[in-house]
Amino acid sequence: MSMYFSKEHEWVKIDGSQATVGISAHAAHELGDITFVELPQVGKTLKQFDTLAGIESVKAASDIYAPVSGKVVAVNDKLEDAPELVNESAEEEGWICRLEVANAADVSALMDAAAYAEYLKGLE
Amino acid sequence: MELIYEKSVAGRSGVRIPLSDVPKAAPLPEALRRTEAAGFPEVSELDLVRHYTNLSRRNFSVDTNFYPLGSCTMKYNAKVMEQAGALFVDCHPMLALLPGGEKYVQGPLSLVHALEQQLAEITGMDEVTTQPLAGAHGEMTGIMVIAAYHKARGEKRKYVIVPDSSHGTNPASAAMAGYEIITIPTAPYGDMDLDAYRAAMNNEVAAVMMTCPNTLGIFNPHIAEICEIAHQAGALTYYDGANLNAILGKVRPGDVGFDVIHVNLHKTFGTPHGGGGPGSGPVGVKKGLIPYLPTPRVVKNADGSFGVEAHPEGIGRVSDFFGNFGIMVRAYGYITLLGGEGLIEVSEQAVLNANYMMARLKDEYELPFDMTCMHECVFSAARQLKDGVHALDIAKYLIDRGFHPPTVYFPLNVKEAIMIEPTETESKATMDAFIEVMLEAARLTRENPDALHQAPETMPVGRLDETRAARAQQVCCEG
Amino acid sequence: MGYCPNTPEEIRDMLAVIGASGVADLFAPIPEELRAKSFNLPAGVSEFELMALMREKARQGGTEIVPFIGGGIYDHIIPAAVDHLSGRAEFYTAYTPYQPECAQGTLQALYEYQSAICRLTGMEASNASLYDGGTALAEAALMALRITGRHAVVLDGSVNPLHREVVCGYLASLEAGVCQLPPAGCEVDLAGLMNSITEETAAVIVQHPNFFGSVADLTELAKKAHEQGALLIVSCYPIAMGLLKSPGEMGADIAVGEGQSLGNPLSFGGPYFGFIATRKRFIRNLPGRIVGETVDAQGRRGYVLTLQAREQHIKRHKATSNICSNQSLCALRGLIFVASLGKKGFADLALLNYDKAEYAKSVLGALKGVSLANAAPTFNEFTLKLPKPAAEVVARLLDRGVAAGVPVAGYYPGREDELVVTVTEKRTKAEIDALAARLEEALWN
Repeated sequence: MSMYFSKEHEWVKIDGSQATVGISAHAAHELGDITFVELPQVGKTLKQFDTLAGIESVKAASDIYAPVSGKVVAVNDKLEDAPELVNESAEEEGWICRLEVANAADVSALMDAAAYAEYLKGLE
Repeated sequence: MELIYEKSVAGRSGVRIPLSDVPKAAPLPEALRRTEAAGFPEVSELDLVRHYTNLSRRNFSVDTNFYPLGSCTMKYNAKVMEQAGALFVDCHPMLALLPGGEKYVQGPLSLVHALEQQLAEITGMDEVTTQPLAGAHGEMTGIMVIAAYHKARGEKRKYVIVPDSSHGTNPASAAMAGYEIITIPTAPYGDMDLDAYRAAMNNEVAAVMMTCPNTLGIFNPHIAEICEIAHQAGALTYYDGANLNAILGKVRPGDVGFDVIHVNLHKTFGTPHGGGGPGSGPVGVKKGLIPYLPTPRVVKNADGSFGVEAHPEGIGRVSDFFGNFGIMVRAYGYITLLGGEGLIEVSEQAVLNANYMMARLKDEYELPFDMTCMHECVFSAARQLKDGVHALDIAKYLIDRGFHPPTVYFPLNVKEAIMIEPTETESKATMDAFIEVMLEAARLTRENPDALHQAPETMPVGRLDETRAARAQQVCCEG
Repeated sequence: MGYCPNTPEEIRDMLAVIGASGVADLFAPIPEELRAKSFNLPAGVSEFELMALMREKARQGGTEIVPFIGGGIYDHIIPAAVDHLSGRAEFYTAYTPYQPECAQGTLQALYEYQSAICRLTGMEASNASLYDGGTALAEAALMALRITGRHAVVLDGSVNPLHREVVCGYLASLEAGVCQLPPAGCEVDLAGLMNSITEETAAVIVQHPNFFGSVADLTELAKKAHEQGALLIVSCYPIAMGLLKSPGEMGADIAVGEGQSLGNPLSFGGPYFGFIATRKRFIRNLPGRIVGETVDAQGRRGYVLTLQAREQHIKRHKATSNICSNQSLCALRGLIFVASLGKKGFADLALLNYDKAEYAKSVLGALKGVSLANAAPTFNEFTLKLPKPAAEVVARLLDRGVAAGVPVAGYYPGREDELVVTVTEKRTKAEIDALAARLEEALWN
């Protein structure tokens, strides 16, 4: 299973035809205490980089974009009552949704973990 | 402090209602009646008075504290305006809309008309409507007028342009009026990037919304050119009057090329803010847009009397009557009392005070745009942040020292922004006292930054857990 | 005299610190060609001359006329404590409570206000106020579009026509559909509304009591709306909520209304306040500011503006609304009003309105040629059918010092003989009897 990151700080783990999506630990830290995650509707179909979900902290609101094209097949409804999971475990327990991947080649527009770490250094 | 509901004792009452002088009527059918009375608190008048008097004492206000909240123009609110407002409290607005009713409300109608005339002259516009109930409501009204103008010309434009330094209400209001937003970044010189603006302008753009001086307190010298570029593309120009206090009698947006303006009576024209409102946001337009103003219009008849007319081509009704009339009385009073020369003195002294503040603080605080400012100046706490002190910490420290903090974290294009607007009604002595505390905060940052992190310590509560509030969503008490 | 305190000496000192030779230097960034072409305003006056001018205008304010008119705005009692307490400068000269530690007064009062609105409407969440009744109804409609993802509303024809105009203006901007039903006589058109709901309907909008004064049980309408995935929005008259079933009890999803009657004077049209309340699950879709409870580091209870990420200063064009300034001080008046009357006093006040109106109904309805147009029960407003055009009668009675009501034809062309009459607790039996006498005279002499 391989993990990729977008420039907008989403991560995606691809497992066969399924992709799990979340926001990076870096992004969760930057947002501060997350107070709300607006989960996507199951069944919704998105193209790569379409707005997938929303996330809010006390003083900020951000969109989350689909790192790959696909159809939403599951959402992490634990986040409805415990949005803090995104702060506590952004890249594991704090996953946001699962997509049925439409186009495996989409990952070529993303970064692997090492490239993302480099990218973050460039942002400092 | 306890909530008023927690002081409630069944059977107590704060006021006696009038006695009935009519027979008891047959009761309403059961199916229409409420099963349980609304759980309002039951307290004596003294309990009530103590509760709200003591609550009021937990507020900073202009009448009790210096309140240099940038972008909000917290000037002194003259007491005579409260007296004037009280004279009109029993005038029923519906009277003006009754057949034959206008002649009984000539006083209030003449006041609406006079205020509209005053505001037209101050802003360089041809006509003004006082219907909008707040600044953002004025923005939305103004953009709806612009949409109606384009529609009447058989055009359907899609976009409204706003600079990234604009108030959030600008894009929000344009979106509510049905437009998509194009945001233009700020150039290193502190104004909207002219090249990016030029590139974004085309015949799909309905309007550009500008605040001038902008939210950095800087007068944009390219403002006429910005208007011209818009007009060449058939777009209209909108002036957000939030910062009008800086240019009263100096610049009239209508002369510069703006087609539509809103003004905030609760900022520039001396009406109180009420802890968040009521405000009032009259909208002025150039001649070609008059037909699209909301209905109804207060008009002056040939015989000198005043009437209320429907305005059939207009955008319809944006509020129920003539606007926040009580606020309009205060603004009309303020303009009448000051007169033309008094208003010029307002802008001159407001700009002088802000530049004095800037000159005295710029050695200790970073000034991202070091140039003559207008009515407010924007510092950054970037230097203090190196010692771990945020703009917010400085703000909280000021509270302990009896000053309402400046606006912090706005505008968004300045990191750790501290935006100071002293207004013209503050004396040098008050500003000097504030400046001393700001300098002290800078010194403390170097010597004992933790002291700032603890602030405020003198208030009824310390820093509150906003994350908990947002997650718990406890917005009303049980009962 | 702009309330500018600095003396010429102080001004000179300040200019020296700045390094400017005069105030004119500070305006140098403004190019000459952009300077004002005119600023033709008269010289100022003293506050004493100003008050003389204001008194002159206020004298021509129609306050000598006895009002039997409403139309959403009502002449009710205001306890003295409301003026006194809301007039505390600490409340009225403060700004929006962005710094909570030095604004607990405003914040706690708004939290108490939100709680009062929830109790009034039978709802679970409210905000720190909206502008007025009409814009509150428009915001509720926009909220329903967001919640349901649908694009149209069904609007009952007996909703206050002024409010309907505001709603239609707001929705037209967004190209959302409005299905406006013609009014069913003086009643809420329950059957017509139920039949008009489609799978595109975001909400059904009704008023309680309606413009003609009629009261309906909306419980079945709420059920029917919900069956089809639509919401029920009820605009309610707050004083009537002392007696009538609340929107919450009837299953409404959003309750709004004009708050003026709660402790705010007529003041020729404002400032008043709009209120809005909803179910807890829709809280994030509310427009405007919301106050929430929390604690500080020592566990002390306090209040803050919360869920701000919905608002324009953070979300900009994606915000739930553009509203920033609201009508906080008027909302505070509303709170002090209900706290002053209390649970029982508020219910008694509603009953007194009902009794007075029923008496007026019996007296006026008994006049020769006059009949009652409402089929349903009414609260403190009712509609009469007259044997003469209502507009003519109203104009004539104004000259006799009484505003007899609002002619229906002004808003519903063709209904020339109907008149909506309002009777609040402030109208005395003597005033009602005098209205009857004058009305009879106007009709038959």
